Amino acid sequence: MTKIIIGRYIPGSALIYKFDARGKLLVTFLFVFAIFLANNWPTYLVATLYTGLAIMGTGLRAHVFWDGVKPMVLLILFTSALQLFFSTGGTVYFHWWGLWLTSTGIVNAIFIFLRFTLIILISTVMTVTTQPLAISDAMEWLLTPLKWVGVPVAQLALVMSIALRFVPTLFDETLKIMNAQKARGADFNSGGLIKRSKAIAPLIIPLFISSLEIAVDLATAMEARGYQGTSGRTRYRVLSWQKYDLLNAGAFVVLLILLKVLG
Amino acid sequence: MSIKFKHVSYVYAPATPFEQKGLDDVSFELKENQFIALIGHTGSGKSTLMQHFNALLQPSSGEIALAGHRITPTTKQRDLKTLRQQVSLVFQFPEAQLFESTVLADIAFGPKNFGYTDAEAKKLALKWLEKVGLPKSIANKSPFELSGGQMRRVAIAGVMAYEPAILCLDEPAAGLDPKGRHMMLELFKAYQARGHTVILVTHNMDDVADYADDVLVMEHGRLLRHTTPSEVFKDRAWLLKHGLGQPAASEFAAQLAENGLPLLPQPLTLTALTHRLVAHFKGGE
Ligand SMILES: Nc1ncnc2c1ncn2[C@@H]1O[C@H](COP(=O)(O)OP(=O)(O)OP(=O)(O)O)[C@@H](O)[C@H]1O
Ligand SMILES: [Mg+2]
Repeated sequence: MTKIIIGRYIPGSALIYKFDARGKLLVTFLFVFAIFLANNWPTYLVATLYTGLAIMGTGLRAHVFWDGVKPMVLLILFTSALQLFFSTGGTVYFHWWGLWLTSTGIVNAIFIFLRFTLIILISTVMTVTTQPLAISDAMEWLLTPLKWVGVPVAQLALVMSIALRFVPTLFDETLKIMNAQKARGADFNSGGLIKRSKAIAPLIIPLFISSLEIAVDLATAMEARGYQGTSGRTRYRVLSWQKYDLLNAGAFVVLLILLKVLG
Repeated sequence: MSIKFKHVSYVYAPATPFEQKGLDDVSFELKENQFIALIGHTGSGKSTLMQHFNALLQPSSGEIALAGHRITPTTKQRDLKTLRQQVSLVFQFPEAQLFESTVLADIAFGPKNFGYTDAEAKKLALKWLEKVGLPKSIANKSPFELSGGQMRRVAIAGVMAYEPAILCLDEPAAGLDPKGRHMMLELFKAYQARGHTVILVTHNMDDVADYADDVLVMEHGRLLRHTTPSEVFKDRAWLLKHGLGQPAASEFAAQLAENGLPLLPQPLTLTALTHRLVAHFKGGE
C-alpha cells in the first residue's frame, strides 16, 4: 500500500487531532455563519486570533495553510477589489467614472478579504487534521435529520467511505498502468488534442476494467459476509466525544460571545 | 558496453510527511548479454530499481549509464523514447495493461509506438504470439476473453515483440502453473542466449540457480551483494538472515550432509545434484 495523501489529511499528534470529527465539522460549518457577526475591527481581530490559535494548534508548517488558500487567491482578490472600488460612503479619496476609492471601500475590502481567508483557513485546519473517513462518518451524523424524511443517509455514507477507501488503490492502479504503457512506448504528454485523447485509451480502458473488477469483487465479498443493506448495522469506527471536545466547544462559544459583545 | 549505476538513490514523495527511501546509494556494473537475477525480500527495493533501467523513475541523485544513454536526475523524459525501445520492462501482473480489442492489436501496440509499420508490427505480433506458446487461433479474440495465464502471455508478448536489447522482468511467472512457469523462463533464457540482456526479479531461488549468470541482492533499498549464484547460495545462515533461502537442490544436499553424506562442491540445480549423487554412489561402490 502506498501512502498517498487523500483529501488533504496530514498525520500529526497535536491536541486538535484528538477532537471528535463531528465537533470539528460542526464548528467549521458554524464558523461560516459566525464570521458574519463580525462587523468592526475588534471583532475581526478576535476572529483572526481564533483562527491563528487553531492554526498554531495543528503544529503544522505554515505552507500547508498557504496551499489551502492558494487556489482561492484570485477569487478573494477579485471580490475584495469589487468592494474596494464600488462601495461609497466615508471620505472620498478618488473618483473616476463609476469607480470610487473611499474610506468605507477600503475598510470593506479588508473585511471581505479577512472573512474569506479566515473561512478557508478554518476549513483547512479541519481537513488537514481529520481523516477523510472520519469526515465521512461525521457527515453521516450531521445528516441524520434527513433520515427522517427518507433519505438513505447510511447507504450514501457507506458509498462515500468505500469511494474514499479506493482512491489510493485506483491511484496506484493508474500509475502502474500508465508506467506499463509508457514502457511500451505510449506517450501521454505530447501532441495535439486529438493525439492526446487517443493516447488516453490505453490508460482508461484497463483502468475501467480493473475498477469494475474491484467493484464486483467487493460486492461479492460483502454479500458473502452477509451484507444486506445498512439497517440495524453497528459500526467498527465509533466516534465518541472526549473531554478534549469541551475545549473545542468552549473555544467556539467564547468566540461567539466575544463577537456578539464587541459587534 | 555495460550497464552502470553510480551512487543511485531514489526518494519516494520527497519533502512530504510520507518521504521514503526507495534506493540508497546503489552502485554496480552489469555485463550485457547475461541473465541477471535480482533478489531480496519484500519491500527491499527491487521494483524501484527495475523502474530505473528504462527511466520510468529517474534517480534523485546519482547517474545511470546503459544502452548508450546517460540518465541523471535532470534528464528530460522526452529524450527517453529510444531508450524505452532498447530497454523494456514487464511489470508485476502485466495482464493489467491489456486494452486493445484483439490480442493481435494489443501485441502490436508496442512495435507501432516504436515506429514499425502496421504490416511489420502485425508480423512481429504473430511471431511473438506463437513464441509465448499461444495458438494462432486466438489472435482475433478479445484479450479479455482469455484466462489469466493466457492474458499474462499476451502481455509479455506485447513487450517482447519489439525485441528490446535489455529485457527487465518483475516476477513475470508469479501465479502461473509450474509448466507455464518453466516455459516462460525457458523463453527468457533463449532470448538471452540470442544476444540480449535479461534482468529478472524473482522470489524463486530455483530460478536463480537454474538460469542466472549474475545475482544482485537488495535489502532496505541498498545493494547487499553482487555476485554469482554459486557464491550467493554458499552460506545458508547468511541467506536465512536476509530473508532468502537456498534452491531445493542445495537444501536437499544440506540435509544429506547433516546425515553424513556431504556432496562437494554444493549442487545448485537438480541436474547437478543428480550428477553428484550418481558420481558418489558409483565412486563409492
Ligand atoms: N509509489 C510509492 N510511494 C511510496 N513508497 C513506495 C512506492 N513504491 C514503493 N515504495 C516503498 O519503497 C520500498 C521499496 O519498494 P519496492 O516496491 O521497490 O519493493 P520490492 O522489493 O519490489 O518488494 P516486493 O518483493 O514486495 O515486490 C518499500 O518500502 C515501499 O513501501
Ligand atoms: Mg516488487
